[in-house]
Amino acid sequence: MSIENKAAEEPVQDQTSIQNPAVAAAPEGQTTKAPMFQLEDVGKTYKQHKREVRALDGVSLSIPAGQLVAVQGPTGGGKSTLLQMLGALDRPTEGTVRLAGREISRLHDRELADIRATEVGFVFQSFNLIPTLTAQENVEMGLEPLRLKPAERGERATQALASVGLADRAGHRPGELSGGQQQRVAIARALAKQPKVLLADEPTGNLDEGTRDEIMDLFEGLWREGLTIVLVTHDSSVARRAERRLRIAGGKLTEKR
Amino acid sequence: MFARYLRRELSGRRKQTVIIAIALALAIALVIVVNALSAGVRDAQKAALASVYGVGTDITVTQAPAAPGSGTQGPRFQFNGGNDSSQGSSTSVNQSRLISGRGSATFDSTSLATVQKTSGVQAASAALSLTNVTLNGQVAQQNGTGAAPTAAPTAPSQTGESQSGTTRRGFGGNFGVDSFSVLGVDGNAGTVGPLASATVSKGRALGAQDVGQHNAVVDSSYATTANLSLGGTINVGGQNFTIVGIVSATGSDSQTASDVYIPLDVAQTLSTETGKVSTVYVQAASSDQVSTLKTDLQKALPSQTINTQADLASNVSGSLSTASGLISGLGTWLSVAVLAAAFLLAALLTLSGVSRRTREFGTLKAIGWRNGRIVRQVAGESIVQSLIGGVVGIAVGLIAVLVINMFAPTLSAGTSGGRTFGGAARQAGSAAGSAAQNGGGGFGGGGGGGFAGFGGSATHVALGAPVTPAVVLIAVGIAILGGLIAGVVGGWRAARLQPAEALRSLA
Ligand SMILES: Nc1ncnc2c1ncn2[C@@H]1O[C@H](COP(=O)(O)OP(=O)(O)OP(=O)(O)O)[C@@H](O)[C@H]1O
Ligand SMILES: [Mg+2]
Repeated sequence: MSIENKAAEEPVQDQTSIQNPAVAAAPEGQTTKAPMFQLEDVGKTYKQHKREVRALDGVSLSIPAGQLVAVQGPTGGGKSTLLQMLGALDRPTEGTVRLAGREISRLHDRELADIRATEVGFVFQSFNLIPTLTAQENVEMGLEPLRLKPAERGERATQALASVGLADRAGHRPGELSGGQQQRVAIARALAKQPKVLLADEPTGNLDEGTRDEIMDLFEGLWREGLTIVLVTHDSSVARRAERRLRIAGGKLTEKR
Repeated sequence: MFARYLRRELSGRRKQTVIIAIALALAIALVIVVNALSAGVRDAQKAALASVYGVGTDITVTQAPAAPGSGTQGPRFQFNGGNDSSQGSSTSVNQSRLISGRGSATFDSTSLATVQKTSGVQAASAALSLTNVTLNGQVAQQNGTGAAPTAAPTAPSQTGESQSGTTRRGFGGNFGVDSFSVLGVDGNAGTVGPLASATVSKGRALGAQDVGQHNAVVDSSYATTANLSLGGTINVGGQNFTIVGIVSATGSDSQTASDVYIPLDVAQTLSTETGKVSTVYVQAASSDQVSTLKTDLQKALPSQTINTQADLASNVSGSLSTASGLISGLGTWLSVAVLAAAFLLAALLTLSGVSRRTREFGTLKAIGWRNGRIVRQVAGESIVQSLIGGVVGIAVGLIAVLVINMFAPTLSAGTSGGRTFGGAARQAGSAAGSAAQNGGGGFGGGGGGGFAGFGGSATHVALGAPVTPAVVLIAVGIAILGGLIAGVVGGWRAARLQPAEALRSLA
């Protein structure tokens, strides 16, 4: 029907040429067993001043391990809310959410925090780095809940920074880095814990086109290494590079093919 | 990571850190200064009291003076007595009288025995306060050769020339009124009593061997003014006493100090106050028994006034009392108010700091930090901030105390109330004045005036502001408390933040 549909075609074709190692390793991997995410009839209602907002409504979704998924939709459609359910930031009002087979929709705050600490990497639109800390320290903040020995923590942070190409900027504060570099630090912070999934809400929303493509290259590289990635985006050129595209509007999820 | 994050936050958000630290520093410095000053005032009060009532005296037993009645006038001076020598038209006068009762009425010395029998009394001794008043000089003879003196006061209508001439001749005279204080002290007083706090500079103090003897001990400053020396004699109540010692009381203006001390029994006989005393000085067996001992003594001696050091403290007047009132009243309130303001400021700033960092804490939660870990971080920041304030505050407070001690203001302490010595002397003065009026019938004005300086004496105490380690500990405690309050408030706010705050796109 529209440009969107046409755009949807291309990455799927690209997809066949770029082999996802996780998918390739399917016989021994988890893909054939439990999917990374399994959502059944998930609903989320926000109550605010007696006014109810139905942010998610009957969402069922299965995301196999190693998939790169883009979520699109209008403002207020429920994209961020869906990401919160996936990332154990919040509990659904009804339905179940399973992460790698484990139900996370009825856990206590502390257990949710521990899941976020170990299994989920989060990347935000505004990077959300702590301005007073250096890049290295910001990455180490993501490892803090793991209670690693300081030496190991430092080493893993250094590695993560190197993997996003910022080895030489470890001592810089966010204010001394460009937007793209800041988002790389944020990605390093999400990756250092070696999470099962990487979730990103508008990761390129605050970046110019060139930087946006660099960040997307980075995501693609991670995906090729087997990481499951779900990213919310308004940008169809970003969505075009995803393996699978979802659309959510009025709390209802639809598959875009 | 805790320490590094904390350090980075405090140095990175320096403005907030400095404001909170300064607020607490001010409060803590104020607490230290107020505390040191009130300790100083307390010390000064103690010093003033010690000089007024004697070191080692925990309790005094006195009797409130009866309502001043006309019947209890002082002794009369008579100018027709044998020791007055008439010379032509005038009479030479030289008379000494011992006037009893320096403010407090006298009471039976059996009270001393009662006190000594009371359990909890370590030592007790009695004393009799007296004033020696001496008139000497020339008084004009009324029946002399001059004009009739009776005409003068009743004839204002006469010619001025005639009147003035008559008055000068009839009422003229040249005399002085001298007075000094005399304290009859128990020779067996030991560790308690007026002489216990005095130091003997020459000779010896009065002891058991002086009972019944005309021996006197003279205060060193009075000895200087009156030109008295060891081994000399002094006329007390018309009798000669041998000076066996010179003492100086603690504190140069000490009101414990009497000018002259004589044995109690001799004092009683001379003043015709046989078997009477005016004060019993009591030393308690232990300092924490003072108030129970007071109750017991009051029961045993219902008609006497029992005062403890604490009771006496409330009678201390003058700038010392003003300072004490100012510091314990205004100072305490001021430091409480500033402390509360500092706590409130620290809490509010921490709260607004947490609100400003909503996204930061939301992000930390989103990347897996537990609530408790974030609360600890917030509280840690507050406490360190407050401790910085505490250290600065202690430094500022100590410097302020140092400055105060450098300028050490002198406070004067008098005592108020009818029972006290200054007022007593004034009473004695007017008594002497009226006595003179009775005797002479025309020169009353001079008598009272002569005592004015005597009645107005006061103790001067330099105000120090001692700082004890306890005060510094309290200051540190306050700093930690301030930090905890701010930390709990801020931490509570941070704990309530949702991890989803990290996703809010509003910058
Ligand atoms: N904490 C909340 N309290 C109340 N309502 C909320 C809350 N979070 C989201 N909503 C509402 O839920 C609906 C979905 O919000 P959501 O943030 O998921 O939308 P979105 O698709 O991410 O929009 P955008 O593209 O603007 O980010 C909106 O109507 C929003 O107002
Ligand atoms: Mg959103």
